[in-house]
Amino acid sequence: MVYFTKFGDFQFDVLREIGNIGAGHAATALSKLMQKEIDMKVPQVSIIPFDEVANCVGGAETVVVTVFLRVEGDCPGNMFFILDVDSAKYLLLQITGIDKDVYEWGELEVSALHEIGNILTGSYLSSLADLTKLNLQPSVPALAVDMAGAILSYGLIELGQAGDFALTIDTAFFEGNEQVKGNFFLIPDPESLPILFHSLGVPFDGDY
Amino acid sequence: MEIIKIGMADLGVAKPPSRLRTTGLGSCVGVVLYDSTHKIAGMAHVMLPESSLAKSGELSIGKYADTAIPHLIQLMERAGASTRHIVAKLAGGAQMFAFLGNNDTMRIGPRNVEACKLALKDAHIKIVAEDTGGNCGRTIELDATNGMLQIRTVNQGVKEV
Repeated sequence: MVYFTKFGDFQFDVLREIGNIGAGHAATALSKLMQKEIDMKVPQVSIIPFDEVANCVGGAETVVVTVFLRVEGDCPGNMFFILDVDSAKYLLLQITGIDKDVYEWGELEVSALHEIGNILTGSYLSSLADLTKLNLQPSVPALAVDMAGAILSYGLIELGQAGDFALTIDTAFFEGNEQVKGNFFLIPDPESLPILFHSLGVPFDGDY
Repeated sequence: MEIIKIGMADLGVAKPPSRLRTTGLGSCVGVVLYDSTHKIAGMAHVMLPESSLAKSGELSIGKYADTAIPHLIQLMERAGASTRHIVAKLAGGAQMFAFLGNNDTMRIGPRNVEACKLALKDAHIKIVAEDTGGNCGRTIELDATNGMLQIRTVNQGVKEV
């Protein structure tokens, strides 16, 4: 992976700021939906081997609830909104009043979570589009309740064709008393990084 | 008993009483080979169908079906297995997000399975069991003493093939 070696502190800072702005807007949207205060942690920007990506959410076998969407347009990539099973249950209860374990979810519950994921990832992306003036469009969201490794590996297929490492922008958020905890993951396609940096006037001479 | 962990795009060989294990197979395919005569087991965690998809010069052998499978066979032969005794089992190749199935990247699970079958056919290796497709993640563990493959999913529990 030649091009990741061209990352300096400045490039990392810029990506962290992207996570900060995007997840900040998403957290605000979540806070409005739940009518509760949502805090977030400092975004983690990491270049990690594929195998370790799932470690950020508790390991490859941890069961998570994930809304996935593909980012299309000028700067393609993959976006994941990830919750642990208890958080997803609580979130659904707070917003819709439905009290059901994730394993018992039917069409209605799944659809509600789709919509929540859609709103949150939509705010993430639109703030990013405003910042960069790039055209970014989310695909229709998809939901899965399964092992984190199996789900996240889906977002690595594009990257897999270019190398063995993934660049992830991971922002954790939590509701005041930690009843809802989750992560926003943005995994840009490799060819998106120069476009992203260029749009913000950040020097980057990566070639790959 | 030692459990050897096979990571994504990785492969490995084991002898009894060791076990080979790979976790969180989604669209990836776990290819399991076993020679019951010489008791040699092999496992690969294949991520993509063909090495021609590689966009960068360096090639990771374990990542692609068409490179991982021949290499795994070689490693097993080096460990004392013989190709004519080797049989295969496949698990994985799911489509985690079912209705995004309209573009090629999203159909990667079924494509991985097809590519693995093709590579096994080229090597004249018979597939004796298969748990592929669907939309669920799988964790698999192979016992090198008897070639039993344990497949665990979130919703359907554990089964052995």
